Amino acid sequence: MMHIADVLKAFQPHRGDAIVVPGRGGRHWINLSDNQMLDAPVGDPAMGGHAGFAFGLALAQPGRKVVLFDSEGDILMSLGMLVSIAEQAPTNFYHFLLDNECYATTGGQPVPNAQNVAYDVIARGAGYPRAHAFTELAPFASALPEILDRPGPVFVALKVHAEIENAPITQRRRWNPRSRDKVAHDLHETLAKG
Amino acid sequence: MPDGSVVALSPETVLGEMKKNGVSHVVWLPDSETNWLYLLMKAEPSLTLVGVSREGHACSIAAGIAVGGRTPMILIQNTGMMESGDSIRGWLMGLNIPVVLMVGYRGWTRHGVNADTAATFTERFLMAFNLSYYLVESDADAPRISVAFQEAARTRKPVVVLVGDEYHGFNR
Repeated sequence: MMHIADVLKAFQPHRGDAIVVPGRGGRHWINLSDNQMLDAPVGDPAMGGHAGFAFGLALAQPGRKVVLFDSEGDILMSLGMLVSIAEQAPTNFYHFLLDNECYATTGGQPVPNAQNVAYDVIARGAGYPRAHAFTELAPFASALPEILDRPGPVFVALKVHAEIENAPITQRRRWNPRSRDKVAHDLHETLAKG
Repeated sequence: MPDGSVVALSPETVLGEMKKNGVSHVVWLPDSETNWLYLLMKAEPSLTLVGVSREGHACSIAAGIAVGGRTPMILIQNTGMMESGDSIRGWLMGLNIPVVLMVGYRGWTRHGVNADTAATFTERFLMAFNLSYYLVESDADAPRISVAFQEAARTRKPVVVLVGDEYHGFNR
């Protein structure tokens, strides 16, 4: 098992000028990012859509890497997205999955069949040409440069510790100073400048 | 109302509206109205067709395409639009995405008497979501498609075009 913050720290030196959709890792990535105008911490507009949003960015910006940190709860809501991504096969799309085996933001209840799902196998079966799975940080960090150097699409399933939240939503600390529509606007403007 | 068997909404007209409005990506799920349009879109080099397996997926994909600087259009049926409610709310309305959803109006009869609850609830759904919409039944109505694109761009909101031509134009 890895900590989400450690996963993102391992990725950060390799970010380059990639667009990063941090998904449920946003609260950590905001403290690590060196280019927040190319980040898309949109929070949770509607569960299950992070993969589609990042995929759309990859289609629109074929000359720039798009790196997504998805979650298993999200992708379980939209497994069909994997076949759409695999069909288009954007070579600039890097799909990481933070699998904490539960719905952490609602108190940590397990996702269905939490400990017995091989998401890398599902991705490969959907048509992703490359898929990996890691449970420990060291081998992941070691493999990361090659994963990112090769063309996408690639799927990387990562087992991470759950960061469970039980406080009522209104009492949770707001970590993102930008609203999600401001995030989308800022990224759009940044990309328009080239 | 023109006789639908004589005057219909042709797929060529719809494709022309897409091109006129700079559509780069059509995010879609096939329905009973769109096969001829599909063949035309597939042959059009300026369009990328992005197939989805459930209509709600189209919303987040279109949002990413729009934020990335291109022009998506969503092409689905009214049944799928209703299934997509939370994604329309969160990904399209919540991120201020200017996008046109072209929605096949399954069950539309024009006279208010229908046997299909998909038609019964379509406009009620649109009103509940406060989504602006235009009805297109024939080629003569096609300029409304451009009106929808202009409104989406001006308001930075999703705008719906209801295609009330289930058995004619798109199928030839």
